[in-house]
Amino acid sequence: MGRKLLLEHIDVPSIETFDVYRKNGGYRSVEKALKTMSPEEVVEEVKKANLKGRGGAGFPTGLKWSFLAKPEGVPRYLLCNADESEPGTFKDRYLMEKIPHLLIEGMIVSSYALGSNLSYIYIRGEYMWVLEILEKAIAEAYAKGFLGKNILGSGFDLDLRVAPGGGAYICGEETALIESLEGKRGNPRIKPPFPAVKGLWGCPTVVNNVESLATVVPIINDGAEEYTKLGTDASNGTKLISACGNVTRGGVYEIELGISVEEFIYGDEWCRGIANNKKIKALVPGGSSVPILPAHLITKTAAGENRLMSYESLADGGFASGSMLGSGGFIVFDEDQCIVRNTWNFARFYAHESCGQCSPCREGTGWMEKVLHRLENGKGNMRDIELLADINKKIEGNTICPLGDAAAWPVAAAIRHFREEFEWHVTHPEDAVKGNYGLLKGITV
Amino acid sequence: MKIEVTQKSRPVLSAEKMAEIQGVISQFPEGKSKSAVIRILHIVEEEAGGWLSPDTMDMVAEILNIQPIEVYEVATFYTMFNLNPVGKYIFEVCRTGPCMLVGSDNIIEYIENKLDVKVGGTTADGMFTLKTAECLGACGYGPMLQCGKHYHEHLTPAKVDELIDACRKGEIKANF
Repeated sequence: MGRKLLLEHIDVPSIETFDVYRKNGGYRSVEKALKTMSPEEVVEEVKKANLKGRGGAGFPTGLKWSFLAKPEGVPRYLLCNADESEPGTFKDRYLMEKIPHLLIEGMIVSSYALGSNLSYIYIRGEYMWVLEILEKAIAEAYAKGFLGKNILGSGFDLDLRVAPGGGAYICGEETALIESLEGKRGNPRIKPPFPAVKGLWGCPTVVNNVESLATVVPIINDGAEEYTKLGTDASNGTKLISACGNVTRGGVYEIELGISVEEFIYGDEWCRGIANNKKIKALVPGGSSVPILPAHLITKTAAGENRLMSYESLADGGFASGSMLGSGGFIVFDEDQCIVRNTWNFARFYAHESCGQCSPCREGTGWMEKVLHRLENGKGNMRDIELLADINKKIEGNTICPLGDAAAWPVAAAIRHFREEFEWHVTHPEDAVKGNYGLLKGITV
Repeated sequence: MKIEVTQKSRPVLSAEKMAEIQGVISQFPEGKSKSAVIRILHIVEEEAGGWLSPDTMDMVAEILNIQPIEVYEVATFYTMFNLNPVGKYIFEVCRTGPCMLVGSDNIIEYIENKLDVKVGGTTADGMFTLKTAECLGACGYGPMLQCGKHYHEHLTPAKVDELIDACRKGEIKANF
């Protein structure tokens, strides 16, 4: 049983209420930070903890904080990115729904560190019931003096608000999120200027993921030194993993970084193996944007080492034979799944979610979707496979925001590892419509 | 059946709703009230029977003292907003990868057959609109659909039947 930092009290009845949360050690980090630490010391502690952003990109949170510009007389803002929309990812929803005060506590401490007196949680519009849970919890925190003016007599003021989106994956990109919070279409901004200099309403702004902000709580409570004892050298602490697809027991799990992928998939404490006693065919370990791994690269790396649930081990081998931890959206495919169909499905997702600003992404995602659709439906030809690779190269790196890359990578990886299956769709068009190409060794129609 | 677009194209807001809208505006600093537009659109859409007519959007522009185009461009960008009349209940079935792996296609087909409606359409009696949605963040609990604010997860044909019955009996909050 690994140690839990975020979900330790998740099963305590009524943990969503202030009183129960407080009785279980809640809001200690606010007392500690506001009464005994300077804002700079809080930033330093988070830096020392080497916390990598938990939204997907893995950029160090403390470093991001240290970039924040602090011009005299200009407000600064902390925004929580709760626009969780990456297919396979549902951990932030779980955390906010079950233990909303943890996020609020993390936001108070983080706002103090950054000097934000007005912070927002931007939550995807479909999570409207979670928004209501958060607002209820925020009202409690105000009533108990943890939000508002002069919190705990420290002289620090903070107003915390929640704002919903309206259904747009792109708003998880931080500059699109800012645009949306300004009441506009979610078109990402050209950087620089970065939000740390010019963000919400032109003011210096930090945008952090829900889990990153929640993790600030144990870091401040226990200190960075204790925190870094958990995990591996390069991946400190714990991570929420949302397991889904063809596993026996999907759900949100908090793991200590560095446990083996094999243990996570087959262990009793976690996913309990592949559903219906089937074999595993593929894994997307970090949300739909990260490269897919074929069966032989899931539990072992190309070098034959055990594959671990850590930033470095999942990335081992680069894009040639590795993937990424990403958002922790862990999608498992059993032997009956069609890789071409799934690649098409993801391509359709990105085509649907492209904001339309940059031509390579707007047009390219649509073309990929169309080409994959005809391959999947037995109407493709061999050149289509090269065409996909070509479109891919023309999108990647040529767009304002990373949505283009996110759309290109899964297609490239699927072709890299499952080319035979794509070719089979061309050579066996009728079978491709009726059935699926099974595991690499056999065909099940 | 074509749904009548006469009444409710511009909702009459109660004093309570107006206060709620004022509350949303007050969450943003002086001069930044435009930030409230998305949440206000959610509120008025609910009041207007589940969709936003140009009239309704103009009303939002007046409330926020911004140009109508600033509301239209937002309403047309975000997929949650309906720009055409909808049924009393909207089923939005997630169709993205993780849900597809566990059978969302079958659920969509089941609902299409059961209600005799295609994705994007509304049943002849105006009761149900069927839509698909991209990832709704319930991947571990699929197949799933959203109806109103609620998620219905681990769907099976039997659970879909129950939900449809509950809607028909009026046990679930309707759009109008």
